[in-house]
Amino acid sequence: MLVIEDQVVEQSRWKSGVIPYKKMGYWQPDYKPKETDILCAFRFTPQEGVEADEAAAAIAGESSTATWTVVWTDRLTSFEDYQAKAYRVVPVPGTPNQFIAYIAYDMDLFEEGSIANLTSSIIGNVFGFKAIKALRLEDMRIPTQYVKTFPGPPHGIVVEREYLNKFGRPLLGATVKPKLGLSARNYGRVVYEALRGGLDFTKDDENTNSQPFMRWRDRYMFAIEAVQKAMAETGEIKGHYFNVTAASMEDIYERAELARDIGSVIIMIDLTIGYSAIQSMSNWARRNGVILHLHRAGHATYTRQKNHGVSFRVISKWCRLMGVDHLHAGTVVGKLEGDPKLVAGYYDTLRLNKVKADPSKGLYFDQDWASLPGVMPVASGGIHAAQTHQLLHHLGEDAVFQFGGGTIGHPMGIAAGATANRVALETLIQARNEGHDVLREGPEIMEKAARWCTPLRQAIDLWKDISFNYASSDTPD
Amino acid sequence: MFLTQGTFSYLKPFTDAELLAQVRYAIGRGWSLSLEHTDSPHPRNVYWEMFGLPFFDLKEPQTILDEISKCKSEFPDHYIKVNAYDRSRGRQTTAFNFIVNRPKKEPQLRIERTERQDRRILYTLTTSN
Repeated sequence: MLVIEDQVVEQSRWKSGVIPYKKMGYWQPDYKPKETDILCAFRFTPQEGVEADEAAAAIAGESSTATWTVVWTDRLTSFEDYQAKAYRVVPVPGTPNQFIAYIAYDMDLFEEGSIANLTSSIIGNVFGFKAIKALRLEDMRIPTQYVKTFPGPPHGIVVEREYLNKFGRPLLGATVKPKLGLSARNYGRVVYEALRGGLDFTKDDENTNSQPFMRWRDRYMFAIEAVQKAMAETGEIKGHYFNVTAASMEDIYERAELARDIGSVIIMIDLTIGYSAIQSMSNWARRNGVILHLHRAGHATYTRQKNHGVSFRVISKWCRLMGVDHLHAGTVVGKLEGDPKLVAGYYDTLRLNKVKADPSKGLYFDQDWASLPGVMPVASGGIHAAQTHQLLHHLGEDAVFQFGGGTIGHPMGIAAGATANRVALETLIQARNEGHDVLREGPEIMEKAARWCTPLRQAIDLWKDISFNYASSDTPD
Repeated sequence: MFLTQGTFSYLKPFTDAELLAQVRYAIGRGWSLSLEHTDSPHPRNVYWEMFGLPFFDLKEPQTILDEISKCKSEFPDHYIKVNAYDRSRGRQTTAFNFIVNRPKKEPQLRIERTERQDRRILYTLTTSN
């Protein structure tokens, strides 16, 4: 019986014309994924009249070997190995006509160490496929064998801490504001004040590149003067993330080289430069001993909506593979999108060595990073000193907290704003280590420090009631 | 200059009770403690002098207070810091550290600026009293 059925499938599989993907071998509910397969979880909404299994098979087909019609040249290949296999489809509870498809890809489909290649397959043509109304890549399991083809972060969390000589607490940063319009000399003033007041880092913003009011080279010269002077006043290593994002790789390299030559410990790039450029800069950063910060400019265009795009946890995985030392990954409490549980999933993905599947955090698969160094997550966007206990609770110790407005907007000045942030952080770390529940007792602990620290007193008074309480667009099912 | 290296350099100096609480936290996490001292606050001065070996099997936090006293009487005008070290796989690095003694008059760090071409400046930080 089985044999006869197989023959029927075989015959129809090779008949010229258009055949359902399901019958072409892209739907294999009995398939047991191999340890070396790359696994994907896609959320999809089929068009009216397209059954879920067929849609899942089409996704598998269009993201691997299939084209819209039967080609005899498939028979020149070991196509059973190269076809992606949809092996499971599950309806999303409470959301009609939405499903999760699990698809397995043989590792041979992907070039070693290339995120450009991986993504051209997996989020290539398939996202525009007409039979699917909406499609979202929720998560990926990267097999250890493929992980090992990437060198990962140029430094990673541990080496960065040892290099900077900063342990036991989150690092503190601030993005220089206003992000557009300051002259280079005024810009350097903000850097100097923020660093001497107690921050570890200041930062160019994503769109601070080289505009008419401030060319990149002038900014670099004034900012490094500020960094060096703040180091001399505190005896601490300080950094400014010089944004080297530019129109071409030649320009990017030129800016990075100058930042290195003048003694910066860190540079930054934007996600908009593209995956291959990021991998090039990762190699450059490793070769030159410069920490690499990645600003996720543009990500929300495809990560925010739950029904279509690519989840940020997938972007986090790609960034760890591509190899960056810092990545913006959400604040929970600030002005930008980020459900607390999902943000926890991104932070786990960036920092842990073994990540367990956990649907409540949006993690669909176990992920073993095989000792690939961790990426330091960065919390930035509408946060201030009075929220430090919440940040510490949600985000933990291996993170950068960046208070831009929350430093520069301080009524006593930028250095006082920086001091307020540092005192709030240190007093909470002290209390946490003493066994206090910082989430519950945080405001009281900071009040106590504010009795002797006037800058903190003023920061709390000014900002304590500021919060951005809006519902998240992207949430766990 | 007031040196702000370490996990707690923007707080008031710890009392003995506060210091012991941090030591207990480290012991509870399985971290080993050690003492280091130096007269040079230069930010790139990585290797401070070790005051003996790390206390790998310490059970009694009070020992650290005694060792700090010994170190202080020997080097009253040095920076002294307590380190907690995490040997676990994937970390194998300092967990936290903090300064427990400072010179009465802390040294200054001077910046020397050597002008080069194209407005570039070579910065050199040196310690001076």
